Amino acid sequence: MKKISPAEYGRMARRASPASALGPNCLWAFFTGGSICLVGEVLSILWRSAGLEEETAALAVSASLIFLSALFTALGWYQKLARRAGAGTLVPITGFANAVVSPAIEFKCEGLVTGVAAKMFVIAGPVIVYGILASEVYGLLLWLSSLL
Amino acid sequence: MNYFWAFVVGGGLCVVGQLLIDLTAMTPARVLVGYVTAGVALSALGLYGPLVDFAGAGATVPLLGFGHLLAQGMAEAVAQDGLAGVLTGGFSAAAGGVAASLTAGFAAALLARSKDQN
Repeated sequence: MKKISPAEYGRMARRASPASALGPNCLWAFFTGGSICLVGEVLSILWRSAGLEEETAALAVSASLIFLSALFTALGWYQKLARRAGAGTLVPITGFANAVVSPAIEFKCEGLVTGVAAKMFVIAGPVIVYGILASEVYGLLLWLSSLL
Repeated sequence: MNYFWAFVVGGGLCVVGQLLIDLTAMTPARVLVGYVTAGVALSALGLYGPLVDFAGAGATVPLLGFGHLLAQGMAEAVAQDGLAGVLTGGFSAAAGGVAASLTAGFAAALLARSKDQN
């Protein structure tokens, strides 16, 4: 059997996969992602008018969006929207919440420890790992520069 | 005007993610990791703060904003506790979002039945 190089395989896979329409995909991502951020802006104004301070309000907005995303994910709506909206539902914090909630529900059948608890960080885990590592690099640089 | 720029900037940041997925064949997980890391870097360079002032939730809701939050928390912790802050700053800043997500995930898993994804 003939060996194929990764580059060749990439070309073959691209030829075999259906052409995704870049324009419509981007429009969907723009309007869905924009709408989610708009909801965030509305929530932010609501929480602040409810008397929360800037920092607490920011956390309240994230928590509200995460809760809404969990609700829509549990109802199966978020995935339906995501299939069309692509990065529009992935990139906002609701996409992060969806990445936690979705496997938590799906792997319920494997138990509460190795199923729900372990699998909920399958995608969120790497995000936290690299986010924390990047912030540590920044922190270390800040600390070193404070010594000078 | 706040609403308008939140929509446009937030939508624009999502289009960047869509282009990464469609043009470079990056997986969604890699896009998320890339966004958080880029958010930390942009914030460290002082570029993300002004965008947050300009676009509000349009900049804080996309995952770049989570990176910005991490970087901000780190700067605060290092200013206060020095080297020890390097270990506490990131997680302190991320605590709210991560705890909210895992609580919501656990509650949803208890209440919802797993559905056929198709």
